[in-house]
Amino acid sequence: MAKRSLEPMLWLVFSAGGVASALFVPILVLLFGLAFPLGWLSPPSYEHLHGVLRHPLTRLVLFGVCTLSLFHGAHRFRFTLYDGLQIKHLNELINVFCYGGAIVLSIWAGYLLWRIG
Amino acid sequence: MSERTAYSEYHPRWLRRRPSTYWWLERRAYLAFITRELSSIFIAWFVVYLLLLVRAVSQGDASYHQFLVWSRHPVVLVLNVVTLLFVVFHAVTWFNLAPKAMVVHLGRKRLPAALISASNYGAWVVVTAFVLWLML
Repeated sequence: MAKRSLEPMLWLVFSAGGVASALFVPILVLLFGLAFPLGWLSPPSYEHLHGVLRHPLTRLVLFGVCTLSLFHGAHRFRFTLYDGLQIKHLNELINVFCYGGAIVLSIWAGYLLWRIG
Repeated sequence: MSERTAYSEYHPRWLRRRPSTYWWLERRAYLAFITRELSSIFIAWFVVYLLLLVRAVSQGDASYHQFLVWSRHPVVLVLNVVTLLFVVFHAVTWFNLAPKAMVVHLGRKRLPAALISASNYGAWVVVTAFVLWLML
């Protein structure tokens, strides 16, 4: 049997992450990155945010958004280096750096979201 | 695009010239392409930022407030402004190309591109409204 390539899987996760990040990240960065820090809107109270984050569905959605976005980003960044800088001879190193980073951060995301008490 | 480049002994010499490292500065479309590609870095940054927030909230009231103070730091703010620009660019271009990636047939007819784009934008509005409702 011919060896199956991992590429189609990576492209699938790339598009899933593209959708997830396009839908969720703009509003989240607008709120938590700008509106709350700059005082345009008052940030949610600790109790409220803690309550929202503790809900299993929130954690599940956030875990999905985080991991898919990370693999989306890793895949895209890999090709940025590949096409943009044309450093094709470093392919293996780039792959380890990109997907390895995505894996490590996904594990961290799972750990953080799992242990919210 | 094969990952492995094996060189055979009598390989014909390529007649292709290697493009300049700065090929993406040559045309607007190329620049737009590389800008979209660079959004990947900012998406990764935002995931880290979000996880730091999650960590702060899970550690208690005091760490949450510490996170809020840190989020007002000028460097963090500038980074988040740039992130917002890149991410919105990513979202808009992503939804616009969705009809090219998704070919949906209804019976024998192909669903018009505008409808697929519009449903993506609709989903964006719904998610945005839901997050706002949840957080405000």
